Amino acid sequence: MDVETIRKDFPILNKKINGYPLIYFDNTATTQKPRQVIQAISDFYEKYNANIHRGVHRLSQEASEIYEQAHEKTAKFINSDWREVIFTKNTTESINLVAHSLDFNKGDEIVISIMEHHSNMVPWQELVKEKGIVLKIVDVKEDGSLDMEDLKSKIGKKTKLVSITHVSNVLGAVNPVKEICKLAHENQAYCLIDGAQSAPHIKVDMKRIGCDFFAFSAHKMLGPTGMGVLYGTKQALSEMGPFLTGGDMIKKVTSKEASWNDLPWKFEAGTPNIAGAAGFSAALDYLTSIGMEKIDKYERDLAKYAIERIKDAHIYGPDDRAGIISFNLKKIHAHDVAYFLDKKGIAVRSGNHCAQPLMTKMGILGTVRASFYVYNTKKEIDFMIENLDEIRRNL
Amino acid sequence: MYPEEIMDHYKNPRNQGNIQYPDYEGEHGNPVCGDLIKMSVKTRNGVIEEIKFDGEGCAISMASASILTEMVKGKTTRQVLEMDEKEFIDKIGNIQTRTQCVLVSLNALKKALGDDINC
Repeated sequence: MDVETIRKDFPILNKKINGYPLIYFDNTATTQKPRQVIQAISDFYEKYNANIHRGVHRLSQEASEIYEQAHEKTAKFINSDWREVIFTKNTTESINLVAHSLDFNKGDEIVISIMEHHSNMVPWQELVKEKGIVLKIVDVKEDGSLDMEDLKSKIGKKTKLVSITHVSNVLGAVNPVKEICKLAHENQAYCLIDGAQSAPHIKVDMKRIGCDFFAFSAHKMLGPTGMGVLYGTKQALSEMGPFLTGGDMIKKVTSKEASWNDLPWKFEAGTPNIAGAAGFSAALDYLTSIGMEKIDKYERDLAKYAIERIKDAHIYGPDDRAGIISFNLKKIHAHDVAYFLDKKGIAVRSGNHCAQPLMTKMGILGTVRASFYVYNTKKEIDFMIENLDEIRRNL
Repeated sequence: MYPEEIMDHYKNPRNQGNIQYPDYEGEHGNPVCGDLIKMSVKTRNGVIEEIKFDGEGCAISMASASILTEMVKGKTTRQVLEMDEKEFIDKIGNIQTRTQCVLVSLNALKKALGDDINC
């Protein structure tokens, strides 16, 4: 992996922040975009812009091809069939789609964990109110890894869905999703994996994981904002009613009723984000050309390198982690750390990272989070460490 | 680092703690990070005689709370309720991206004195 060559593809890395070169360590929130992705989006609007699927004219057919190709590329990227790939606007919408369309009844149990992002917690809390489902929350162990014994004890005959994150956006913990799906299926439950923090960084294979649903966002993997994916098995998706209704998701409409389109279009109502799909295709090409195994290894190395060098800090999460580090300099508030790093051009996130229940469980208000991607370097980490030392000395 | 006055109040906070039998008490959280500041106040004839702040937060929110307690001693509760947010921000020194941190203490104090702050 030639990082210097990769860096040249990212125009924003030439930007100066407060007079310093931008060091972007907020990749868990969103990633930067290579010029190939930016170009694909502007190419779409300059050369192919038309609405899809209903046009006989040439431009509409070209736009439809671009949009459908994006489904095929996504399917290939996660080892599935294109009919199992639904485009949404983000991971949150993908999870809400399942919460809305899967047939939940009073007394059904849904199992999640305390390390979930709010997006994999709040939709289920709403189902408790709306449909009387029972929400069970699996704990984390002392080191921040998922408590599998607790998970086993919470899955049972009434479990309708197990919905767990693949990689924690706070702790970097990588959960054993294959085993989790197996446990769910042994109890005739569905399994949803929140892949927002895994699909961008590690090889994800739907056949290998064996999940019924897998949700992720394009903007966290070099693609544009406003583009998300819900993978669902044909069997699970066929049993579900539509999410949003209206244009493009129908087969036949009379003045009284309508019948639904085939997969995946049944779940894509209205004009979708066609330019976003074009950009996402380019992002998938970019990641594939580097290779997901190499990306995974590179980021883990960066995280290890950083952890070995951050002194006098509380670092949260298990040793075996993806390229995400959450930490606190003793007694110094996360916002103060983030503020002074920003003065040196370093973008990190501080706060509760949309995981307030996890913060409460850990007994802290928030953390500083540095998260890495393909364009980050050890030299950048060195500069952050230097500045952490300075903050510690002066504050 | 931060301006000298802020560093001073952060390192040596004034009026930190709780008043045992306060006339007014209220707390406010920073919507951005969840930090919480509590204010307790004792008055005589509508004038603030004693005030203390308690809570956990960043250097800016802690120092701002400390500075605020010094500012309002001797003022009437009405004067405090009429205090302008912008004036307080200017007094602390406009710290880019951190106005929420500055305002936690002022909002907590206004809530304590009976203002209905909708957040």
